[in-house]
Amino acid sequence: MTSLKEYDVIVVGAGHAGCEAALAASRMGCSTLLFNINLDSIALMSCNPAIGGLGKGQLVKEVDALGGEMARIADKTACHFRLLNRSKGPAVQSSRCQCDKQLYRLAMKTVIERQENLFLRQGLVDELVVEGRRVTGVLDSTGFFFPGKTVIITAGTFLNGLIHIGRSLQPAGRAGEIASIHLAENLKKLGFETGRMKTGTPPRLKASSIDFSVLERQDSDPDPRPFSFATERLRKERLPSYFSATSAETHRIIRDNIQYSPLYSGAIQGVSARYCPSLEDKVMRFADKISHPVVLEFEGLETEEMYAKGLGNSLPLELQEQLVQSVPGLEEAEIMRSAYAIEYDFVQPTQLTGTLETKMIGGLYLAGQTNGTSGYEEAAAQGLWAGINAALAVQRRKPFILDRSEAYMGVMIDDLITRGVDEPYRMFTSRAEYRLILREDNATIRLLKRGYELGLISKDVARELEEKMRMIQEGIQGLSAKKIYPVAETNSILESLNTPPIKNATSLYQLLKRSELTYRDLDALGGWNGIEDTEVKRQIEIEAKYEGYIKRQKEEAQKFKNLEKRLIPSGMNYNNIPGLSNELIKKLTLIKPISIGQAQRIPGMTQAGLNAVLIFAKKFEQESETES
Amino acid sequence: MCKIHTIVQEDTIAAIATPVTGAAGGIGVIRVSGADSEGICRTLFRPRFKVEKFEDRRLYFGDVCSFDKGHILDEVLIALMKAPHSYTGEDVLEIHCHGNPLLLESVLREVFKAGARPAEPGEFTKRAFMNNRMDLTQAEAVAELISARTEQGAQNAVYGLQGILTDEIRKMHSSLVDVAALIETSIDFSEDENVNMPPLDQTVTVLDEIVCRIEEMVLSYETGKIYRDGISVVITGSTNVGKSSLLNRLTGQQRAIVADIPGTTRDFIDAEIAIRGLPVRFTDTAGIRNSGDFLEKESVLYAWEKAGQADLVLILIDVHRGISDCDTQIIKRHENKKRLVVANKIDLPHHFSSEDLKRAGLETEPLFISCKTNTGIDSLKEEIYKYAVAGKSRSEQGFVVNLRHKHALEKTAEAISKAGHQLAENSMPETAAYEIREAIYFLETITGETADSEILDRIFLNFCIGK
Repeated sequence: MTSLKEYDVIVVGAGHAGCEAALAASRMGCSTLLFNINLDSIALMSCNPAIGGLGKGQLVKEVDALGGEMARIADKTACHFRLLNRSKGPAVQSSRCQCDKQLYRLAMKTVIERQENLFLRQGLVDELVVEGRRVTGVLDSTGFFFPGKTVIITAGTFLNGLIHIGRSLQPAGRAGEIASIHLAENLKKLGFETGRMKTGTPPRLKASSIDFSVLERQDSDPDPRPFSFATERLRKERLPSYFSATSAETHRIIRDNIQYSPLYSGAIQGVSARYCPSLEDKVMRFADKISHPVVLEFEGLETEEMYAKGLGNSLPLELQEQLVQSVPGLEEAEIMRSAYAIEYDFVQPTQLTGTLETKMIGGLYLAGQTNGTSGYEEAAAQGLWAGINAALAVQRRKPFILDRSEAYMGVMIDDLITRGVDEPYRMFTSRAEYRLILREDNATIRLLKRGYELGLISKDVARELEEKMRMIQEGIQGLSAKKIYPVAETNSILESLNTPPIKNATSLYQLLKRSELTYRDLDALGGWNGIEDTEVKRQIEIEAKYEGYIKRQKEEAQKFKNLEKRLIPSGMNYNNIPGLSNELIKKLTLIKPISIGQAQRIPGMTQAGLNAVLIFAKKFEQESETES
Repeated sequence: MCKIHTIVQEDTIAAIATPVTGAAGGIGVIRVSGADSEGICRTLFRPRFKVEKFEDRRLYFGDVCSFDKGHILDEVLIALMKAPHSYTGEDVLEIHCHGNPLLLESVLREVFKAGARPAEPGEFTKRAFMNNRMDLTQAEAVAELISARTEQGAQNAVYGLQGILTDEIRKMHSSLVDVAALIETSIDFSEDENVNMPPLDQTVTVLDEIVCRIEEMVLSYETGKIYRDGISVVITGSTNVGKSSLLNRLTGQQRAIVADIPGTTRDFIDAEIAIRGLPVRFTDTAGIRNSGDFLEKESVLYAWEKAGQADLVLILIDVHRGISDCDTQIIKRHENKKRLVVANKIDLPHHFSSEDLKRAGLETEPLFISCKTNTGIDSLKEEIYKYAVAGKSRSEQGFVVNLRHKHALEKTAEAISKAGHQLAENSMPETAAYEIREAIYFLETITGETADSEILDRIFLNFCIGK
């Protein structure tokens, strides 16, 4: 049985990756079919109720600048905002917000339902249909064939998902939902190298059973900035968070019962992330720490459920109860949902090209946790990337790739396809070598135009941006031209601003470089045309503060780009190159780097090996030129 | 996070193109290749006659000056060869200086200040290949050459950065990775994950210590130079005490003609060997005696002069013959010099006493050897080595031998100082992190090892992170 319609793009899984993939493809004009096992769990936040965070906030803003949806929905449904690293420089500041989980999922569902070209369908995809080395569609669990020119798999933790609570094992994609077993087997049968990862989620507690009076309360920032450039208003309701910490008793319970944890009994084989250890791991590995933080976050405006960050574990239920109640403020707490660990299959992402298409099967794309990443933001960014590229491939347009100097997304994708993963991959600002120029605050400046070229950003928005960039340039020039002189009056103003006097004629721009001064302080010096637009002011200020470093990073980025442009011909045979170790030959053959730059980033690459690749790529290229 | 290493083609590179070990040649050439070549030429070269435009492949006469102050360093000839008609296929500048290795180095240093970076081993050849200046069939040869040169460089580095020094660079590297991990933890995890952190300005002491140590290492460069340039040792003594035999023994070759006829060696014979990696250049001189032969007289005078220029003089005496007046004269003549008295022919009966030695002005026992039976030759080599490195501080700890390494160390210290300053002021940690990465990168250009994911590993090892 076959569906009558052939889709341009079929997306398997409507989580954070799948939604962005389907929206991007359909908005670019492709007829797109989006599957989810259950239509009530579209864009569900399976773990914490938050969007953003350090490094992740940058991803969200980039998704937004390319016309993605995550930032807008987050803005629409957020009840708690924090700007992280406020005391540090703007390059490493990131936004984080807590959303109402149910509102988030419904808002995303509404956007998807109303999107032209996008067909949403409940169903379980069991198999990929492959002809030759190309995917031609998918079979659902009833054996019905849906033809598609391209397929994007965004299966999250569902591939061979297995939930552990104590000794209990349950195949599931997420608590209460069935796992995707056949598709996982199908991927292996097709020849993909897969592995197992482990993640987990803490218990949800009933708010009315918690004694907040003994806990430290944290309120939302009073001056939140929205994630999306398009958001004009944020909702008014705010929810606080509460801090507690584990006690000596908590640690004793864990130590005395560690044999009941599947993490320590050997039942769990999947690799867990070092940055996201379960409470068992924290207590056992950092034995000298007497307490670990616990944060309680509301899951929504209309619910009693609270997310107990810091209490993630996979112990049997009777121990979970003891453990929760050993925490100050939680003595009477009722567990509404148990904590659990989940193991699932992922596909080693070195098997993908820079568009997230698999090297083995044309038209098949993978994104999100399927590629060994973790996090809603990482998933959304990959989903968008895969959706855009699938659409471009259908339309026979050039692939869309951002490099490491252009976006956090570029850093992540390059890390995945070049280095592979050996634990769930999460974005950190320290992964981005061009961190000082890849900021949350300039995401639109960096990427809106690219979004416009793809057809995901409207012309008006693109024009507005150009105007803004012009104002920034003008502002910098204006401030550089405007000089102040070391006269008594000026220096007394400077003194009142708590900054040292000047000795020589100084431009306002130079003055702005001082860390203690802000753009607003310049008003006191007068005699020049102020700028109204706060974003423009902020950009000028940041440019001034970082100036030397921005320049250095831009120069480095240029050198980096030159190496990325030095392409390695696709048919390169690495077997006969002298000076390459067997290990390097294997890696080069698998990863098939497209440029010298990418080859350089392969783990274990040596300077001599890279030189050899460079020289032989040149030889190979010229030989093929003479032959043709 | 990875940092681009020196494979980047667009950089302008420079190196001394003529051999630097061995006797100082008449002329030394510094070669510069890359887009900045002409700019560097304009910055450092002051032509004797006004030049409007440097013509391609033409020699110009003038002075090469320092980058900052414009002091004249040397009178030189320069030539600019424009791309693609040059060895590397890029713009190439050649500076023909006088051959003194110290001078060449100081000029090279100015070239670095003016914007070039030190060339990697084999890099000129690689560029020539990449720019179609070489036949395709030479790809294998070029790849092998580069890999061999890299290896040789590594071996040289082992000589120079022996033992403790290599360890020390690794230790510094490790401390810097720790500092980087600390800063990155404060940036990436302190707020989101509620990790308890020591204050960042605590690292300032660590950084200051590293900078001090680097400064010492950079100073040791002068000492370490002997590893690269070597030392010269003149063998002198009366006629027929076995100077040529000794040279042959030391070098393990028949370099000098040996005969029992006094005055066989009239010319100066040079031979170079390595003792524990230290290049030692021996000069065998004519035996000294009062002779009527004009040529020999000239060469004897010359022998005095040669011995005067040497870093170390080996005075050879003959135990069988005893100490002659001539020997005494020679020993006294080299009183204020670095000298080592070596008594040869111990396989034969001895004919001298310690009184004879005292009379000749010798306080200590000579070193006894026999060239015939090879006795004592190894101890002699050991003695020569000790002489060479004596007084050069940290002789047991190795030296920075290589201008490239020195350059890298200076860059490392510069970056660390900036970071330390920023951390002390508690200003933005991300710029300090940037400087520390820069410092790590420069250290890695010395050891050839990369830190890469090491920083993240260190974070997860040292801090309990996670929700």
